[in-house]
Amino acid sequence: MRPTVLIDEKQLQLIINRLSHQLVENHRDFSNTVIIGLQPRGVNLAKRIQAKINEITKMNVPVGNLDVTFFRDDFRRRDKPIQANSTEVDFLIENKHVVLVDDVLFTGRTIRAGLDAMLAYGRPASVELCVLIDRRFSRQLPVEPNYVGKAIDSIDSQRVTVSWKETSAADCVELHSQKQ
Amino acid sequence: MNGLSVKHLTGIKDLKKEDIELIFQTADEFKEIINRPIKKVPSLRDITIANLFFENSTRTRLSFELAEKRLSADVVNFSASSSSVKKGETLIDTVNNILAMKVDMVVMRHPYPGAAKFLSEHVNTTIINAGDGTHEHPTQALLDAFSIREKLGPNFKGKKIAIVGDILHSRVALSNIFCLQKLGAEITVCGPTTLIPKHIEKLGVKVSHSLEETLQWCDAVNMLRIQLERQGDDKDVAFFPSLREYSMQFGLNKEKLESLDKPILVMHPGPINRGVEITSDVADSNQAIILDQVENGVAIRMAVLYLLASGMERK
Repeated sequence: MRPTVLIDEKQLQLIINRLSHQLVENHRDFSNTVIIGLQPRGVNLAKRIQAKINEITKMNVPVGNLDVTFFRDDFRRRDKPIQANSTEVDFLIENKHVVLVDDVLFTGRTIRAGLDAMLAYGRPASVELCVLIDRRFSRQLPVEPNYVGKAIDSIDSQRVTVSWKETSAADCVELHSQKQ
Repeated sequence: MNGLSVKHLTGIKDLKKEDIELIFQTADEFKEIINRPIKKVPSLRDITIANLFFENSTRTRLSFELAEKRLSADVVNFSASSSSVKKGETLIDTVNNILAMKVDMVVMRHPYPGAAKFLSEHVNTTIINAGDGTHEHPTQALLDAFSIREKLGPNFKGKKIAIVGDILHSRVALSNIFCLQKLGAEITVCGPTTLIPKHIEKLGVKVSHSLEETLQWCDAVNMLRIQLERQGDDKDVAFFPSLREYSMQFGLNKEKLESLDKPILVMHPGPINRGVEITSDVADSNQAIILDQVENGVAIRMAVLYLLASGMERK
């Protein structure tokens, strides 16, 4: 079966613009707010949002990449170890407002690990969650996003893939219904 | 991504090139973690590790213990001098007794070559070799290669590495040879004839008895410690006439280093005999990466523990 296109390049641009404006509305000039993208695929979204916010606010908003591999709760429950990615957070988050950014919110477990991993950089004043795709009704932990690109209804066997221009041919979000 | 191809780390000889590269990639991330203000991750929080040291060690033991603690594992330490080994208990019995107390992994240093391999075949647990006699010291070789990779880049093809000193008694030398060869580097061993094992060229290494020529040839030199406890005036066999003579012929000093037409990396697995195999001004110079090696040791051991633990069955 061909995958269903959930978001195409044009829509993605609109969504990133909307999310950025929502963030600016709540965080004003971003003087005390930082953005952290979760590795591996939240990083591209975080960079795009940062670029847009920089354009709106004329500020340089700090953005970091956080890898959660060593904080996951499924260690030794998978067949294979998970490959770690680099963490690049060159600021402290003590008393800062943090916006965690990821591409797809599914069970909520990655976000839980992200909350844990983040604490190595200080105690944030608040944490918000921004996701491109919210797979509703599939949460295993009480995690809810504050900013949502698009909410979709899907079943466990389906897969959502997000491709970015930076790493693939084009920006695209697809829903796969069959295991490939 | 696949995990390691081995269940135990008994020696570098059993590892594939991909395993070594996977350990390096994982160690990169752990190195970043141990430089954070909070240096701890919860990965191994449900694992208990026993450090069995049947032979003395400061650095390796501390390094393993720190690596284990930074992965949140529970740690028990054991040293042969204060245990029932003195009462005549066999190695298998000792380890099985410790395992009966629900220990998941064993890190072991033992004076007999092959002890780790032997144990891995007879005991149902994950074994990590922290040095077995004059045989192998895999984590030291991994951290040495990791330190070279950090300074000279990830491609070992054509890199020239020299290992100088007591090759005969050195487990570090053997593991280093296996590790660097798998990565594609060329190796020369250098030392007095009495301290070079016979037939070592069968391993595919060059042999030299001139430190000056070796230094001129290499990109990095690993100066091994002269194992004073295994030779000297009061022992049955002396491997060289005097420490002073050894030091003049095979000791690395500033003059020898400065006479070369390019800077080379100077490494040492520790503990240093200052003034014997290496002079103080060289050991403390910018070319020496001895303390980087120690720092990388913790990251490498974290990576090894993490990767081996992720392949373990849950009991």
